[in-house]
Amino acid sequence: MIKTLNELKTGEEGTLVSYQGGDVELRRHLLGMGFVKGATIKLEKVAPLGDPLELKVKGYAVCLRKEEAKFIKVEV
Amino acid sequence: MANLKIGLAGNPNVGKTTLFNNLTGLNQHVGNWPGKTVEKAEGHYNYNNNRVDVIDLPGNYALSAHSIEEIVSRDFIVDEDSDVIVNIIDASNLERNLYLTVQMMELGANLVVALNMNKFAQDKGYTIDAKKLSDLLGVPVVEIEANSKIGKDQLLKTIEEAAKNPVNTVNRLSYGPELFDHLNELQTAIEEDKNLGDVPSRWIAIKLLEDDEIILDRIEDSSKRNNILNTTEKVKKHFKDIYNESSEEVIANARYAYIEGLLKEVLTKPATEKKTLTDKIDSIVTNRLLGFPIFLIIMYLMFQITFTVAAPFQDMIDEGFGILGEMVAAALGDGMLTSFIVDGIIGGVGGVLVFLPQIILLFLIISFLEDSGYLARAAFVMDKVMHSLVGLHGKAFIPMILGFGCGIPGIMATRTMENEKDRLITMLIVPFMSCTARMPVYLLLVGAFFAAADQTNVIFSLYVLGIVVAIIVAFILRKTLFDDMDAPFVMELPDYKLPTLRGILMHTAEKSWGFVRKAGTIILAAAIIVWILSSFPAGVEYGSQESAIGMIGTAVAPVFAPLGFGSWQPAVALIFGLVAKEVVVGTFSSLFGVAEEGAGIAAAMHGIFTPLTAYVFMVFVLLYIPCFAALGTIKQETGGWKWPLIMSVTTLITAYVVAFIVYMVGLALGFG
Ligand SMILES: Nc1nc2c(ncn2[C@@H]2O[C@H](COP(=O)(O)OP(=O)(O)OP(=O)(O)O)[C@@H](O)[C@H]2O)c(=O)[nH]1
Ligand SMILES: [Mg+2]
Repeated sequence: MIKTLNELKTGEEGTLVSYQGGDVELRRHLLGMGFVKGATIKLEKVAPLGDPLELKVKGYAVCLRKEEAKFIKVEV
Repeated sequence: MANLKIGLAGNPNVGKTTLFNNLTGLNQHVGNWPGKTVEKAEGHYNYNNNRVDVIDLPGNYALSAHSIEEIVSRDFIVDEDSDVIVNIIDASNLERNLYLTVQMMELGANLVVALNMNKFAQDKGYTIDAKKLSDLLGVPVVEIEANSKIGKDQLLKTIEEAAKNPVNTVNRLSYGPELFDHLNELQTAIEEDKNLGDVPSRWIAIKLLEDDEIILDRIEDSSKRNNILNTTEKVKKHFKDIYNESSEEVIANARYAYIEGLLKEVLTKPATEKKTLTDKIDSIVTNRLLGFPIFLIIMYLMFQITFTVAAPFQDMIDEGFGILGEMVAAALGDGMLTSFIVDGIIGGVGGVLVFLPQIILLFLIISFLEDSGYLARAAFVMDKVMHSLVGLHGKAFIPMILGFGCGIPGIMATRTMENEKDRLITMLIVPFMSCTARMPVYLLLVGAFFAAADQTNVIFSLYVLGIVVAIIVAFILRKTLFDDMDAPFVMELPDYKLPTLRGILMHTAEKSWGFVRKAGTIILAAAIIVWILSSFPAGVEYGSQESAIGMIGTAVAPVFAPLGFGSWQPAVALIFGLVAKEVVVGTFSSLFGVAEEGAGIAAAMHGIFTPLTAYVFMVFVLLYIPCFAALGTIKQETGGWKWPLIMSVTTLITAYVVAFIVYMVGLALGFG
């Protein structure tokens, strides 16, 4: 099933299938940080106030807001 | 004897600065959050009769140009003729770290890889075959521990050898025939212009496909511009057609595919990811329910510990200066010289120095927070608040917390913010954070006007007020001058690390020494001027309203009368406090003298303040114009006097308005 990153449940993981839309600069930056096609991304946790998300990708933790996470689609 | 130049490059927070300090014996600041280093630092070491210049660079994830500090690194790696680039890699995070390595190889950089944080990799259950990694990459790989001697000799030797026998790493990469064929096509077009020969054509080709603005600008000036740009478009379109992805993605995929292939042979991971210590700590610290209260408790404890633990030491120093003053008075008798030493110097400078214990402690705690990895968590927890209130990043919180120590490193730390407007707003609100220079003012007044049990809470309320005002000002700036959304929030959360004692002590010692040095220079100079103005014209009683300082104060005082403190002494204290806020205290103590019996200053203060107006005065000191040094830093960071000037005006108005409101509310509540 295809979901966007912000729809993942805590602890759920998926494989990145597409990242389209959103800020170009950001996409470039995230590409470098490992958000490439085929990468496994896990939603580690949601911040206490509901945003941002803590994600595990390529073995490290990075945070990202929901409004940006919704451009990233993963296959779970 | 040869002169070598090496650069330390790598992802943020991998230990570059730690290694730099280790190699050069210098003390650049390290911190456990990505983006600590914002400027190049230079040092050197000697090895086998070679002088080796070392340049510590800000961390970056890619050789694109994402934020100011990343450009600094990129420019160094791309443009400067260094003999060796030492690429520090976090072994617990190999895959992402190698992404930068690969890009430096595209540039043909003469690399030495230093594998750091090996213990953290072991904790995760990773085994890394360093020899294999070296063979596959075609560059030397050395295992080190940046904060100890482990691997240091080997690294120094390897660097020297690499400098003697440079390797061109461009040819070690393989991104697959499809990509390479098209890169070659584009490279041929680029190579027709000999002026572009200073960097590998492969690199320029890749950057063009990535729409890199700096390279596009360069191509604009090329004689072969049209052919190069047409070929670029053609290749891009081709990739789009066959992969349905932008060229940029195609290239990123190819890099990661190459790395993945490499790691299959080099890295063994356990079947299931182990829970690390960081995971366990974070399950509490950034917990859904506990995260926010824990943040508030940490902030509260930080101040509580500072004030309670330091108080007895403050008393000791205070007594010491009292005795010193009496001894001088006894030895020299009454006279001009005694007055100069006792009132002017001991009063002015000593009156500030007694607060050294608090300042040391606060710096100690901030260094600990910074080095442990908690600051990044604070940014994570606070992002939502900052974002919805003022459209700022959680990252803006790091400069703000550093600002509790001193505004200057806080202002510098705003460089990690990608968006120029976000950065300016943060820079303008950092000075509202109550720095250690305000602390002596609070401690003096609170000690004189509030019961012991309330003192910490009164001071804490000022810190909170600073934050609230900062947020309101940020909100107004966002709605007026910087009408825009904040940049997306992306931040790596580093593993927690137990800070080294040495690191924390060095950091604290340096900051505290800065305070002592300030006492010996600026504050001393201000004390001398205050003494002179208090003693003249000849014949007046020292520090009386008829003295020069009294006349200045009397002229300005009416301005402050609506705030409840209309006497002339607070007015002059505020004027001199423009230089540095500690001088406010220095001025009071030289006016009221230290050698007087008992609580001399405190008693004298009761004549000019009530508890309410003392509080209003502290509010004013907190919020009004930042010290010269902070304004100077803002000028340097914004490239002109425009912002420091705007800043001075807005802070002055803010201070007056807020102090007035506090006074009125206080009166209405019957605290008069
Ligand atoms: N345990 C351990 N900690 C280390 C080692 N090297 C660095 N650290 C810690 O890792 C954190 C980051 O170190 P820095 O030297 O500031 O990293 P940097 O690469 O300069 O980071 P930026 O300037 O942000 O790019 C600090 O908390 C260091 O104390 C090491 O070998 N062992
Ligand atoms: Mg650094």
